Amino acid sequence: MANYRLRKGYDIRIEGQAEKILETAPFPAAVGLYASDFYGMAPKALVDGGERVKVGTPLWHDRRRESLVVASPVSGTVTEVRRGARRALEAVIVRTDGKQQAAKSAPPPKRTGPSNRKEIISALCASGLFPLIRQRPFGTVANPLAEPRDIFVTAMDTSPLAPDQELILRGREQEFMRGIEVLAALTTGKVHICTAGGMELDSHTSGLENIEHHQFTGPHPAGNAGVHIHHVAPIKGVDDVVWHCTAQGAILLGRYFITNIPSFEVTVAVAGSAAADRRHVRTLIGAEISSFARPNDSSSPVRYISGNVLTGRNAGADGFLGFSDSLVSLIPEARGKKFLGWLALGFSLESVSASFISRFLPRRRFSIDSNRNGSVRAFVATGIYERLLPMDILPSFLLKSILAGDIEEMEKLGILEVTPEDFALCEYACPSKTDIQRIIRDGIGLMLKETGETE
Amino acid sequence: MKTRGRIRSMFEKGGSLERLWPLLDAAETFLFRLPARTSGGAHIRDAYDLKRMMMIVVLALFPCMAFGTYNVGYQFYASAGIAAGHLDCLIKGLWVVVPLYAVTFAVGGFWEAFFALVRGEEINEGFFVTGTLIPLVMPPTIPLWQLALAVSFGVVLGKELFGGTGMNVFNPALVSRAFLFFAYPKSISGAGVWVLKGDRMVDAVSGATPLHLGIEPVGDIVPYLSSNGFDFWRMFSGLEPGSIGETSVIAILMGAALLLVTRVASWRIMLSVFAGGAAMALLCNAFAPSPASMLALPAHYHFVMGGFAFGAVFMATDPVSAAGTNAGKFIYGFLIGVLAVLVRTLNPAYPEGMMLAILFMNLFSPLIDYMVVRLNMRRRRLRAAG
Repeated sequence: MANYRLRKGYDIRIEGQAEKILETAPFPAAVGLYASDFYGMAPKALVDGGERVKVGTPLWHDRRRESLVVASPVSGTVTEVRRGARRALEAVIVRTDGKQQAAKSAPPPKRTGPSNRKEIISALCASGLFPLIRQRPFGTVANPLAEPRDIFVTAMDTSPLAPDQELILRGREQEFMRGIEVLAALTTGKVHICTAGGMELDSHTSGLENIEHHQFTGPHPAGNAGVHIHHVAPIKGVDDVVWHCTAQGAILLGRYFITNIPSFEVTVAVAGSAAADRRHVRTLIGAEISSFARPNDSSSPVRYISGNVLTGRNAGADGFLGFSDSLVSLIPEARGKKFLGWLALGFSLESVSASFISRFLPRRRFSIDSNRNGSVRAFVATGIYERLLPMDILPSFLLKSILAGDIEEMEKLGILEVTPEDFALCEYACPSKTDIQRIIRDGIGLMLKETGETE
Repeated sequence: MKTRGRIRSMFEKGGSLERLWPLLDAAETFLFRLPARTSGGAHIRDAYDLKRMMMIVVLALFPCMAFGTYNVGYQFYASAGIAAGHLDCLIKGLWVVVPLYAVTFAVGGFWEAFFALVRGEEINEGFFVTGTLIPLVMPPTIPLWQLALAVSFGVVLGKELFGGTGMNVFNPALVSRAFLFFAYPKSISGAGVWVLKGDRMVDAVSGATPLHLGIEPVGDIVPYLSSNGFDFWRMFSGLEPGSIGETSVIAILMGAALLLVTRVASWRIMLSVFAGGAAMALLCNAFAPSPASMLALPAHYHFVMGGFAFGAVFMATDPVSAAGTNAGKFIYGFLIGVLAVLVRTLNPAYPEGMMLAILFMNLFSPLIDYMVVRLNMRRRRLRAAG
């Protein structure tokens, strides 16, 4: 057990935290899964519109590693196989029948240990739960053929309006524990469970040897897997593979090994200043967002975000909960022009910078809309990024090396240790309004191409 | 609202005034915070932007601007031996400073708009800070046509040729000043330009700056300065000849406080410029041949003389031309302080070393960053190996 206190970072003072209440959401009428939630997979659809599917029926698989599948979380009928440019698969939407019949499959192995690692992986792949595990470097869906040096379990979330981790874990301790056991069988190294400071896990984790508990304290992004890996056991090179998954993911893995049936039921927070009934709900991965979240004022435009306000997807009112998301954020869309906005004293403007009066109101929470708050400008080294990234990485120089397409420099400056989400806060604060996450994504894409794993 | 929409459409693509779009855009974003929505990436963005940042710098310059204006008038009446009221001083100062600003912004604004139109880009607010700074680093007697040339040189060669705001290597305001310094040295150096003089002159008043007097002190330097009216507290308060904005350390400190509280300027740079200046001054003191030498000038005198404090607070901290790494900022600032004192004490041809020190370190800041980046890479490599 180790404690890490991080100073760099920032907690955005945004209004609309979900209350610590847990309800069961109405069963969704439709679910949808987006291909873009599975970074690193080259999807090939396995179903057509009109086809009947059951819980665990593969919807698509990876072209290169066909055992890696994305499965239906419900039983029902495929209503749409959505394709984008060059017929690339975008999403599959299934109308539910409410019966939740499970597809026939062999149950997962009873015993989980290093000796039957292969069986565990193939069971996880067949169930469609394997993509809950992600891989570093690059933050892709884990490669089932890789052998991870370590596995990190992120049992904390510092992102804006994050769901309550205790609520996610409450009553699920056994499943979480079983999930850790399953993960422990997948690596010859350690399973690192990273929690917020002060969170006890010892009662759940007794009896397992290769498990370590780390506590991280500090502002966002102290809860990011990338930050944890950086501080506990950093990525050493392109071939130094580490896997990670969330606490919610570990619960789903554990539940599968306890009940023998893949379950896609997750706890999700409904948050944001534009959301009515801000609370936590139990629903299914891919559920229609409208089945459990609604705006508090239907007359003004609202942005429905699956995930947090920094990294989530703009899903729209008829969108679906993302595969790895445990939060839906509803924020007001920006409207109207503000006269002399740059001259405002800023009692109600949220900012990392100390240039508004709001700086002196630390307890205040702000309703933040989707306004970009300024025009796009050239990159100016204001030193703001450096205050927001708790890693031994020089953010502006990494970004510049990516813009220059210099792969060798990128690697030396730390591209292997980061994913776009680690830079999301820098993007939020950037006074030049640069799309920093996209730059990091481009850099990772370049690296993947270079290492032969085209995205 | 409707009229605005109609005017807008004339400037949009296909409209008759399409090429002038940047002008409308500049006017609009200046007056309004546009409701441009985020798309892709982060859904919310900080209320802070570059425009806000530049506004803070301009606000921080207000005390210097106000005091400088007053001081121009004060020096004028003092040189004429007239006991004038505060209001008279201020009015006389405005009479000088307002035209300087008018010329600066007219010329600079023209070039900004010109380059934006040619490039089809938005006019950005980059000139706001540069334009506010330039008159403050000029002597009050600068001819307006020379000022216009200097502004053109600073904006075009100092910034736009490098690609515009954010791309420049040197601080454009200092490039303007350096241009005058080398092209029209008589207008910006020597003893005669720092006080606006009328027809009447009191004989005893030389108009020389304390730095100029320091070149050839008669007797020990500190008593010599104060016998000429330049004791520490007078120079601290700023009622002395000099460039318009640089004289009052009190006004500069007010600006510095705003820049530091809002974290717009780097405390690392500011602190290390003074640290570097102090270290070099102490070293010079140790090697001073006699107390009657400029080398014997104590560090705190360096800070209140000439443009040292102004440069440290407003010029060295320009994020575009300074070092970008946190460690690099310490080195960058420290060397500016060292060089400024070095030039002042050892080179009688240039009594003011601050401008040259900052420009010189602007040139070296990429190299400093390069070294810091290499060290970071090395540390990361060793960590991965270990």
